[in-house]
Amino acid sequence: MRLNYPTFIKVIKVPCTGRVDVLTILKAFEAGVDGVYLAGCLEGECHFLKGNLRARKRVGYARQLLKEIGIEPERLEMYNLSSAQGQRFAAIANEMAEKIRALGPSPIRKAKDAFKA
Amino acid sequence: MIVGNRKSLEEILQMVKPYKKILLLGCRECITVCAAGGEREVAVLASELKMSRAKDGQEIEIKEFTLERQCDFEYIDQIKPFVDEYEAVVSMACGAGIQYTSERFPKKVVLPAINTTFLGVALEYGVWAERCQGCGECILHLTAGVCPVARCAKSLFNGPCGGSSTGKCEVNKDTDCAWQLIVDRLKAQGQLEKYEEVILEKDWSTSRDGGPRKRVREDLRLS
Repeated sequence: MRLNYPTFIKVIKVPCTGRVDVLTILKAFEAGVDGVYLAGCLEGECHFLKGNLRARKRVGYARQLLKEIGIEPERLEMYNLSSAQGQRFAAIANEMAEKIRALGPSPIRKAKDAFKA
Repeated sequence: MIVGNRKSLEEILQMVKPYKKILLLGCRECITVCAAGGEREVAVLASELKMSRAKDGQEIEIKEFTLERQCDFEYIDQIKPFVDEYEAVVSMACGAGIQYTSERFPKKVVLPAINTTFLGVALEYGVWAERCQGCGECILHLTAGVCPVARCAKSLFNGPCGGSSTGKCEVNKDTDCAWQLIVDRLKAQGQLEKYEEVILEKDWSTSRDGGPRKRVREDLRLS
């Protein structure tokens, strides 16, 4: 397929998006990343039945927490795609990268950089 | 179990505003089971606080620590070796645990991160409901195992009142009428004749009306 997606997107492999905890997401933001998205299987096709549905709920909860902290909730997203949808994987990566670019650096990273300077 | 709810981040941030180094103290008992103040919630709150403060350029150092129980001094005393390194303790236990931690370290500022709400049960994952008010004199044998003190909005002993409609309470349409539940269960148990008996007025001195309560079992005391 030889599709391209931005090199700054780091893929973290988990057995199922159901493995992703709210804390996993928060820790990423705490480390200073600008955005996080979960790429789960298509709804109704989870190998563990409800992992991706649970992940979606957790994303919703984590977004509320981000809002409370003062981080734009749009920096966190949940997507669904199958492992056979390479095209969609690249499209999502580009879409998310565009969205984050428009939002700019995360307020946490901005504050950390300012602190260092 | 004792059920609680975490305070809003805004409220907690306000409380810890003067401090740069805090001890965030969780509890592994009820408050862990009701997903409000266990090890996980301690980690989440620590992360939230660190990010909020970093964002405002006021970094905060947080030690996360979760005790087996915050209502027993043997466990609370485990923080003794290092508690003085921190300007304040933010407790994620129930009101009892928060107070006991403060009592053990009276010179230390202990702040509450939890609103303790009720004695209840888990109806399903993520849903808890009130069942007991700790009134000090149980009458569940008279009311088919449904407590009118905790579950009737008016704590009526001979209900229902006129606010009961289609099995629900007028206070909230999602709340079951306790007396409807009592009658239904008495019927299911073939004991509806018990409903005929008038339950006499309650002696509230065993409840909060008698002031703070204390229980002593002399045979268990070591001194």
